Amino acid sequence: MALLEVRNLSVDFETTSGRFRAVDGFDLTLDPGDITAVVGESGSGKSVAFLAMMGLLPWTATITSDVMKFDGNDLRSITPRSRRQIIGKDMSMIFQEPMTSLNPCYTVGFQIKEALRIHLGMDRKARHARAIELFEQVGIPAPETRLSTFPHQMSGGMNQRVMIAMAIACKPKMLIADEPTTALDVTIQAQILELLTSLQEETGMALVLITHDMGVVAETAQQVSVQYAGQKCEQQEVTALFERPHHPYTAALLAALPERATTKHLPTIPGVVPGQFDRPKGCMFAPRCSIATELCHTTPPPVGGAEIGFARCHTPINLKAEEEA
Amino acid sequence: MLNFLLSRLMTFIPTFIGVTLISFSFIRVLPGDPIIVMAGERGMSDERYAELRAQFGFDQPLVSQYWDYMTGVLQGDLGTSFVTKKPVFDEFFALFPATLELSLCAITLAILLGIPAGVIAAINRGKFFDRALMSSALVGYSMPIFWWALLMIIFFSGWLQWTPVSGRISLMYFFDDVTGFMLIDSLLAGGNSISLFPFEADGPFFSALSHLVLPTIVLATIPLAVIARQTRSAMLEVLGEDYIRTARAKGLPPSRITYVHALRNAMIPVITVIGLLVGTLLAGAILTETIFSWPGIGKWMVDSIYRRDYPVVQGGLMLIAVMVMVVNLTVDVLYGLINPKIRKS
Ligand SMILES: Nc1ncnc2c1ncn2[C@@H]1O[C@H](COP(=O)(O)OP(=O)(O)O)[C@@H](O)[C@H]1O
Ligand code: SF4
Ligand SMILES: [Mg+2]
Repeated sequence: MALLEVRNLSVDFETTSGRFRAVDGFDLTLDPGDITAVVGESGSGKSVAFLAMMGLLPWTATITSDVMKFDGNDLRSITPRSRRQIIGKDMSMIFQEPMTSLNPCYTVGFQIKEALRIHLGMDRKARHARAIELFEQVGIPAPETRLSTFPHQMSGGMNQRVMIAMAIACKPKMLIADEPTTALDVTIQAQILELLTSLQEETGMALVLITHDMGVVAETAQQVSVQYAGQKCEQQEVTALFERPHHPYTAALLAALPERATTKHLPTIPGVVPGQFDRPKGCMFAPRCSIATELCHTTPPPVGGAEIGFARCHTPINLKAEEEA
Repeated sequence: MLNFLLSRLMTFIPTFIGVTLISFSFIRVLPGDPIIVMAGERGMSDERYAELRAQFGFDQPLVSQYWDYMTGVLQGDLGTSFVTKKPVFDEFFALFPATLELSLCAITLAILLGIPAGVIAAINRGKFFDRALMSSALVGYSMPIFWWALLMIIFFSGWLQWTPVSGRISLMYFFDDVTGFMLIDSLLAGGNSISLFPFEADGPFFSALSHLVLPTIVLATIPLAVIARQTRSAMLEVLGEDYIRTARAKGLPPSRITYVHALRNAMIPVITVIGLLVGTLLAGAILTETIFSWPGIGKWMVDSIYRRDYPVVQGGLMLIAVMVMVVNLTVDVLYGLINPKIRKS
């Protein structure tokens, strides 16, 4: 049985200027131990989709889905109380901004032990021992003394390690890492990614890596789901995706990778992800797509089959038939 | 922490000098001559006037008057009242407990009601309780104090006859002044009795308490409104922070998120505001004290200003300012205790 199964998840926000669909028909299936990357530019609805699963969206959000199951629990009908017994324990999440994601008023030790008490009911001594063990596991030097420091006394990288330690404290079955390295220095980024993949290997948990950086994807994930303006536009196994992207957006993201650049200047995708007020009528990507046709501007494209990575495009690229011809 | 305290104490010196300058000049820029006021309707001869001027040192240039005043201050001598001929220092500390007792009761009431009200309003943002509370806070904040006090007096003292109108305690009770706080001294004095059916409370303590109730409510009104609003807005801001999302992502129960994770952070700005409020309460109980004939420093200052009692006004203002500075220092220390970022630096 799949660990996580999400079908047709949509999230609408009630805003002062009307309804806004931030996530539109998101699908994801995850088996235990899977590593999946969700890629897309900022504003594509990646965070919102997973916050919806965690139940962390504000009340202005309306969440609808056909299926949303985690580890046998139906997340659509779950009571807040039962959800609290799952999140932070079996399903946990870390965020983009390590410096603001920890409470400035409490020591990092307090914040990590809190989870151990709530979910595992450990006594004081056991919590302390486990916290030290966790700090060692995530590579925080001198764990004993670090436990009593405050978040502002540590670097962003260290704080993200604390966040990771907190997230894996109760041996979760799935860890959602939402742009865990975006706010960090490049050298630290690599360390944190390495930590995440090695922890995944060690514990066998499923890992969802949310990122806007295709470069990060190549090194870590097995499956990749590409997200644009609230919609999934393509999903493939990582090597296949890199070799043969079927959606023009995926191709554009790949072309923007530094190691793939053919000129001195990095090609970037012109324009930005459409927001609440400029969502196009047809294909969401049409205003920025280099091969858009009249049809693209008027009619939303269908979702393709598995053989073309479920590409949501009128004219998917890199088709087998094309190359053979 | 020690460095922090020392550096705060260093800033006391210029503030203190500024305060003495202001309190010294304040009474002197007011029109009216203290000697004429003292003479009353009888008036006085020019020779007597000149003699008195010389006696009080008013014939000296202002600079040397200030110099004399400051030399006195540094030796702990604030001069003697023109009217009562008692040292200003002694008068101040004889009256200060009354003001302190009233202010402490008022700020305690304001904190005990204001913080929970602000928290509940914040977590019920936009709902009925929130709207009702914020509207009443606005009313409380903008209501003229004397009018509010009169309403309370008419209702509770006049109509219901529950509470006395003025003073600190009924004239029938006499007891030793131990702490200067009526509530404590009257308990120490004994002779209190209470029965529930039928409700009857008798004795000096209940007399003191019933005298205290109305002035406390009146004086607490504005701080209560300010604290409730501040708490609400601080809570709303904190509840939107990333670390609150982290706390929720941990699966913590809502009560723990509100009271452990959010409230402590929200208290940081609220404590600053409370500190400022205590300062203004000490200084600003004037209206309340005057209306309820509360024998504290507020009423004393008002009376002294009318009498152009220079030493009392300048000394009293200075002592009030020092009290406010002490309160602010205490708040800074508290602030450091609650906010680890300050403690470090
Ligand atoms: N609480 C909210 N209210 C209204 N709109 C929101 C809210 N949170 C996110 N959005 C909008 O939803 C869209 C998707 O946001 P997000 O999931 O954060 O994107 P990503 O994580 O892919 O960068 C954005 O356009 C964002 O402005
Ligand atoms: S449907 Fe058209 S506009 Fe959209 S990605 Fe495909 S080709 Fe581009
Ligand atoms: Mg995001």
